[in-house]
Amino acid sequence: MKAIFNYLIFPGLLFSVVIGLMACWIDRKVTARIQWRVGPPWYQNFVDIVKLFGKETIVPQGARGAFLLSPYLGFLSVALVAAILGLGVLSPQKSFVGDLIVVLYLLIIPAAALIMGGSSSRNPLASIGASREMKLVLGYELPFILSVIAIIIRSSGAIQLGSILNHQLNFGSNIASWSGAIAFIVCLACMQAKLGLVPFDMSEADQELMAGVLIEYSGPPLAIFKLSKAVMLYVMPLFLIILFLGKDLSPLFIVGKYLLLLVIIILIKNTNPRLRIDQALKFFWGKVTLLAVIAVILAALGL
Amino acid sequence: MDLKTRALTKSIWVFHAATSPCNNCDIEVLDLFTPRHDVERFGITLVGSVRHADALIVTGVPNYKTKERLKKLYSQAPKPCLVIAIGNCACGRIMFRESYNSPCPVDEIIPVDVYIPGCPPKPEAMIAGIIKLINKLKGKE
Ligand code: SF4
Repeated sequence: MKAIFNYLIFPGLLFSVVIGLMACWIDRKVTARIQWRVGPPWYQNFVDIVKLFGKETIVPQGARGAFLLSPYLGFLSVALVAAILGLGVLSPQKSFVGDLIVVLYLLIIPAAALIMGGSSSRNPLASIGASREMKLVLGYELPFILSVIAIIIRSSGAIQLGSILNHQLNFGSNIASWSGAIAFIVCLACMQAKLGLVPFDMSEADQELMAGVLIEYSGPPLAIFKLSKAVMLYVMPLFLIILFLGKDLSPLFIVGKYLLLLVIIILIKNTNPRLRIDQALKFFWGKVTLLAVIAVILAALGL
Repeated sequence: MDLKTRALTKSIWVFHAATSPCNNCDIEVLDLFTPRHDVERFGITLVGSVRHADALIVTGVPNYKTKERLKKLYSQAPKPCLVIAIGNCACGRIMFRESYNSPCPVDEIIPVDVYIPGCPPKPEAMIAGIIKLINKLKGKE
């Protein structure tokens, strides 16, 4: 009973959706202010979702079953991540062994859902978007996992969120060390790609692919995709806070750190042009992976 | 008024269907999204795919080619879908009425909800038109 409550209501689905939609609003508002506009009111994203649920669902001719299932797959898995991370922050001693690995796997599923949905919708633009998304996943997963490994080495081999937090409580935040700081920079780049924001939004590229993988989605499935994007916007910064900034986890500090990361994401998004997919791959497999390897070596040396 | 319509009035995503305009109306439409007019205040955004659209913004006089495209676009949009005809061309074909290449006005192809005349209409006029449309949806005069 408690587990269902945790998954569906408090740190899980409902809570993360509300926080995520508010974060999306902050994103839109800050973007608007940067462009010298006024921006939408705070309830805008909620209204958008309600409206999308009231619209017709169109299934393109010849689309497969995965077309309607994949949005739910992605959404339910990020909601599970939100529940695990939320519980990890609330009661670190109760986290289970290996939840870090589970979170890493679950965080790939939204991208996989996008790829599945895009390629089963039988639209040429959607399949271009899906292939770009696939390459992007290949690009950012390697440095991301390497930098997580650096953190695991730093907290003496623990693959448990609770013990990573505990370690930081005793020895200071991971970001305050050389290896942690480098891994944090790597994770920032990977987070931007995982969230599908500029400069790594080539799978959705509004100007060239007309929403790419999402092009054939309408009504409720589109709303679910938007919701899982919103939850990702809540989950990824929280994950980074747990990994790198986990020293002081009182509510005020968590909110402050979360807002800080959010603003960094939004500023990167608004000050960069979109990269081509080959440039993005070169970026991730070249510089970023190199940095991640350096972070792992430094962590192994105990710096 | 139910929740559905209420949400629709607060978040209209528009798709820009240019059926052979002179491009002047389109530039004025884009003006709506710039800092001076910023219709994102009312939740209006431009979307790239017609599957996401709540409203079609039609500009220009349909010719034999774009007529078929416009019909297709309307049938591809998820309902409820509103249609906003922008510019004298889309409202009534003005000087292209007798043209050999202009089979019919927009409202004989798809049902139009609001007409915004002008050549091109000012962005203020477009905002006024959209507000009239919202009031119509709400059932007000
Ligand atoms: S109404 Fe005037 S400005 Fe608009 S497309 Fe027609 S001719 Fe051009």
